[in-house]
Amino acid sequence: MAVSGLLFIGFVLGHMYGNLKAFAGEEAFNEYAHHLRELGEPMLPHEGFLWIMRVGLIVAVIVHIACAVALWRRAAAARPVKYVAKKNTGSSLSSRTMRWGGVTLLVFIVWHLLNFTIVKVNPSNGETGGDNPYGLLVDTFDTWWMTIVYLLAMVALGLHLHHGTFSSLQTLGFTNSAVSRARARATGWIVAIVIAGGFSLVPLSVLVGIIEK
Amino acid sequence: MNLTLKIWRQSGPDDKGGIHTYQVSGISQDMSFLEMLDVLNEQLNEKGEEPVAFDSDCREGICGMCSLMINGEAHGPEVTTTCQLHMRSFNDGDTITIEPWRAEPFPVIKDLVVDRSAFDRIIQSGGFVSANTGSAPEANSVPAPRDKAMRAFNVATCIGCGACVAACPNGSASLFVGAKITHLGELPQGQPERWTRVVDMVGQHDHEGFGGCTNIGECAAACPKEIPLDVISQLNKDLRTALANGH
Amino acid sequence: MAGSTLHDGLTPLNEPSVQKSDDAHGYYTLGENIVDPVAPTGPIADRWTTRKFENRLVNPANRRKLDVIIVGTGLAGGAAAATLGEAGYNVKSFCYQDSPRRAHSIAAQGGINAAKNYKEDGDSTFRLFYDTVKGGDYRSRESNVYRLAEVSANIIDQCVAQGVPFARDYGGLLDNRSFGGVQVSRTFYARGQTGQQLLIGAYQAMERQVAAGTVQSFTRHEMLELIVVDDGTGPRARGIIARDMVSGEIETHLADVVVLATGGYGNVFFLSTNAMGSNVTAAWRAHRKGAYMANPCYTQIHPTCIPVSGEHQSKLTLMSESLRNDGRIWVPKKKEDCDKDPRDIPEEDRDYYLERIYPSFGNLVPRDIASRQAKNMCDEGRGVGPMVGDFRRGVYLDFADAIKRLGKDAIEEKYDNLLDMYERITGENPYEVPMRIYPAVHYVMGGLWVDYHLQSNVPGLFVSGEANFSDHGANRLGASALMQGLADGYFVLPNTIREYLADGPFEKIDESHPAVVEAKQNVEDRVAKFLSINGTRSADSYHKELGNIMWEYCGMERTEEGLRKAIDLIRELKADFWSNLKVLGSADTLNQSLEKAGRVADFIELGELMCIDALNRRESCGGHFRGESQTEDGEALRHDDEFAYVAAWEWGGDSLEGGQPVLHKEDLIYTAIEMKQRSYK
Ligand SMILES: Cc1cc2nc3c(=O)[nH]c(=O)nc-3n(C[C@H](O)[C@H](O)[C@H](O)COP(=O)(O)OP(=O)(O)OC[C@H]3O[C@@H](n4cnc5c(N)ncnc54)[C@H](O)[C@@H]3O)c2cc1C
Ligand code: HEM
Ligand code: HEM
Ligand code: SF4
Ligand code: F3S
Ligand code: FES
Repeated sequence: MAVSGLLFIGFVLGHMYGNLKAFAGEEAFNEYAHHLRELGEPMLPHEGFLWIMRVGLIVAVIVHIACAVALWRRAAAARPVKYVAKKNTGSSLSSRTMRWGGVTLLVFIVWHLLNFTIVKVNPSNGETGGDNPYGLLVDTFDTWWMTIVYLLAMVALGLHLHHGTFSSLQTLGFTNSAVSRARARATGWIVAIVIAGGFSLVPLSVLVGIIEK
Repeated sequence: MNLTLKIWRQSGPDDKGGIHTYQVSGISQDMSFLEMLDVLNEQLNEKGEEPVAFDSDCREGICGMCSLMINGEAHGPEVTTTCQLHMRSFNDGDTITIEPWRAEPFPVIKDLVVDRSAFDRIIQSGGFVSANTGSAPEANSVPAPRDKAMRAFNVATCIGCGACVAACPNGSASLFVGAKITHLGELPQGQPERWTRVVDMVGQHDHEGFGGCTNIGECAAACPKEIPLDVISQLNKDLRTALANGH
Repeated sequence: MAGSTLHDGLTPLNEPSVQKSDDAHGYYTLGENIVDPVAPTGPIADRWTTRKFENRLVNPANRRKLDVIIVGTGLAGGAAAATLGEAGYNVKSFCYQDSPRRAHSIAAQGGINAAKNYKEDGDSTFRLFYDTVKGGDYRSRESNVYRLAEVSANIIDQCVAQGVPFARDYGGLLDNRSFGGVQVSRTFYARGQTGQQLLIGAYQAMERQVAAGTVQSFTRHEMLELIVVDDGTGPRARGIIARDMVSGEIETHLADVVVLATGGYGNVFFLSTNAMGSNVTAAWRAHRKGAYMANPCYTQIHPTCIPVSGEHQSKLTLMSESLRNDGRIWVPKKKEDCDKDPRDIPEEDRDYYLERIYPSFGNLVPRDIASRQAKNMCDEGRGVGPMVGDFRRGVYLDFADAIKRLGKDAIEEKYDNLLDMYERITGENPYEVPMRIYPAVHYVMGGLWVDYHLQSNVPGLFVSGEANFSDHGANRLGASALMQGLADGYFVLPNTIREYLADGPFEKIDESHPAVVEAKQNVEDRVAKFLSINGTRSADSYHKELGNIMWEYCGMERTEEGLRKAIDLIRELKADFWSNLKVLGSADTLNQSLEKAGRVADFIELGELMCIDALNRRESCGGHFRGESQTEDGEALRHDDEFAYVAAWEWGGDSLEGGQPVLHKEDLIYTAIEMKQRSYK
């Protein structure tokens, strides 16, 4: 769980970095997307790196979901009778919403792939996309409800990462003292804010017109 | 003080059980929570109703026998055991909901009493140092660094009450197991069995039906002995090391 | 130091006592004097080693065939179960709590003594032995105490090997402190939770044997009867009847030998520092089956406990005695001031009575004196705190001077958790308002009579820990009960029980044996009786009333008149109990009222015997004070010429049916230490 989670964090960090290229303009962004596909050539075939990454991600998603389902089922089995009254005193909202937050993310990712990678959901009806991801991106976020969907997803992502980062460090046994635990918590905040915030910049900027075609 | 108590009553393991409402009066601020229940029981006895069963023994916060989920908090609103919780933490006219610990491995025996023998079985699986009587070397022949000994002590104060399980949304006993792993793992005497211990204890924990830990942290907040979350991290670390070394 | 170190230890230093007074005349019958049949002889330092060698061994292959029942999982029982399990016997362990780890040993705070002499401050086995005998006011057996001192060092080794996290110094070696007015630092401790850590060590060792299959653990099981069977070689303890407290089933458990390690009976006073469930039932049932109860009136009262706050108080909480090092104890001079805010009472209106009466020891007088004087002040009407009944039961323990002198931080560092605990319980901040304290029953030195092998007069019944009477005489020195529990459990019992078991396995008996059937029937009848009386009063209310009688007349200070009155009151209470008790619910589920009823029934009978024992012992000795036996200036006066004996009482039938206990005396003869009177003026 922790390993797949950390892998995701690595991926979204990289992905966010890539997205921010949108600020550098159409060319740089498309160049970057193109470059991704050529990375490792000629040692790897075209899109080789991308596929390695995709396979890695798919495996991670499977592992991650399998773990999540297992934990969920164990938890449900461990408390078949619920409390009439139960208060939360030591936990964060994020830690309690990991499961439904994760499901939300899963739904979002499917949506997102349809949107950007498979290019099935396209607000501009296939005019952009494919060779011009930049155009697709701007078209997408020029649509207000798309932006809202993305922003909501980023809230879910931020929450998931806030706890997930800390949790994975704790699960891997790196938080053996009060100090290191506080540090892991801080890391959780930073990762959540940087990633969710970083991702949000692009759609917001498109919406207010800082980024345009 | 006058109070309304909503108490889980269940006549036996097979009964379905449910919440019953009682009124108690004449409660003083200086009473402990359990003494308040004693008063209720005395009143029930007079009325010919069977008293509410609940566990307690030392009534000074050290044996771990008392339990109770009070208004949704394990051992109630203070960081202490139920027997050391006093009625001055409540107000006249309050309604208090009292439930047993809820976890599949802690089945209800009657009313508010649950069976926590799963904890004993977890200790049996490895929560000890194998040192037969009479075979011990001179106590000072192996010094134990003071900071490690202090950490061992801090977590050895676990009273085995089960509040961590009761509070954990996953029904996990990781704090309890982590406390023992850390206690014995910090001392030189605990080293020889360190890696098998963690594998065996975690195995037994899972086998008993406790949930997995997702680091939510309700357990440490509920723990009357303030066992910190780092014991769970220590548990994970030891487990990772043990598995990596083929234990 | 005792000049007696030079004594050869072979010729007695005192004469057997001859009792002249007979206050308890009419309440008992005098039986024959007894002696310890296995008392060792020879130089005191060699006695235990020699005995260990002499005691026969049991072949490892035979151990598996020998069944051992151990009732109690405290230090004494838990350690014994672990050790006998390791040795390969077939052990069955019982406790009434839901886990062995909860035995009341867990509550011990201060520490455990051991003659390690790590501080090079002149400690030795002999000095620990000497201090313990002296602390017990020369009412213990010297051979037993010497053995205790001798194995004390092994206890520490054993506990450390198990992972008990004792306090350590910066070099990583074990730390010690001095405790209870002793001049050497020999007390090992784990902050204020020594008992907990030692017990968890024993518990873990025992659970390891459970996993290994040598120990079977029966939790939530209460022993309600001892099975004594005569197989032609004389009566022997062969098992117990226990009630499964969850299912209500009355079970028979048979064995070759039975060990009782069931702790103390301080709860006979209702309010004590004992756990709610601490009881005398196991011991009392054995007593009724023939085992002698020795010195039942010996109780220890601890001076610094949190006072009673109201009628509904269920137990008392100990505050470490160390508080007396810095706190000053006082009460108002004038009764009118008793309900004032103590901070408004000017210095000249305060009575620092310990400093006044005992100028040289002041607030640090021994436990019994501090306790008695606090009661005197309250009886005079100068107690403080809330009214409980007709009295205010509390005196001030004031840190104001110490805070001024040392600063709040220093006090905080020294006592923080104690003062926090006080605040939690009382709701008062002890840094601002003086603390209130009052004495409470804390420990019983009396218990089932045992010989040097810890075997009672019923063959096959061994008794260890607080449940026996053996090592503390008339008063217990701080940090020595833990030592005794573990000494008995780890080192003594395993070495003496094999001498008995070497004759086993004994003839197999089965559950249809008439003695077994009868024992079981008795228990079932008793349970049915409790449920059928259907009167008006709860068992708890009887317990409270008994406690009041005991505290009033058989507590810190006792008089002939008071004790006679107490005996009458207890007999009335007993008659009422059996006709007016009300226990609801059924016998076949968890039924806490039913459990309580059984315990209270036995406490009532025990209380009566305690009063008779106290009445007979017309001397002030150790932890207790007899009004008729004091010096001119009101201090305790011991009578070695009359009472240097162990009073071992034999059950003589129910007093309501005309029965009387039978007194057997065992003279205490010292060969290594001379008896001395104590003085604290
Ligand atoms: C608050 C407090 C502080 C203390 N501090 C110190 C200290 O600092 N140093 C020191 O040396 N001593 C101290 N003492 C004394 C010491 O702790 C006890 O005397 C000692 O621990 C008793 O141990 P034990 O094994 O004999 O009995 P316990 O630990 O009392 O164990 C009794 C066992 O018997 C079982 N049992 C009892 N009756 C039955 C029954 N009918 N059926 C089945 N099981 C039964 C119980 O379940 C339990 O397992 C303190 C005592 C108290 C109360
Ligand atoms: C595919 C949909 C997803 C689901 C169903 C899901 C679900 C879960 C669940 C149930 C947990 C365990 C709760 C916990 O450990 O606290 C978890 C943990 C975690 N998730 Fe996800 N998640 C998903 C996607 C993601 C994504 C996209 C990321 C990162 C970008 C991520 C990162 C993490 C991390 C770091 C953890 C912590 C691992 C640990 O505690 O060891 N997850 N997830
Ligand atoms: C506002 C936020 C986001 C934007 C603007 C964005 C944009 C894009 C774009 C343009 C692509 C196509 C890239 C290409 O084909 O070269 C892409 C692919 C992808 N994105 Fe995002 N993304 C965002 C958030 C996320 C998040 C939060 C996740 C995961 C949790 C994610 C997961 C993916 C994945 C898995 C791919 C497919 C990569 C591949 O295999 O080709 N994205 N995204
Ligand atoms: S870790 Fe804390 S809450 Fe859990 S059993 Fe131990 S003391 Fe109780
Ligand atoms: S609350 Fe539960 S999820 Fe883990 S951190 Fe505590 S055991
Ligand atoms: S009753 Fe012992 S901890 Fe509460």
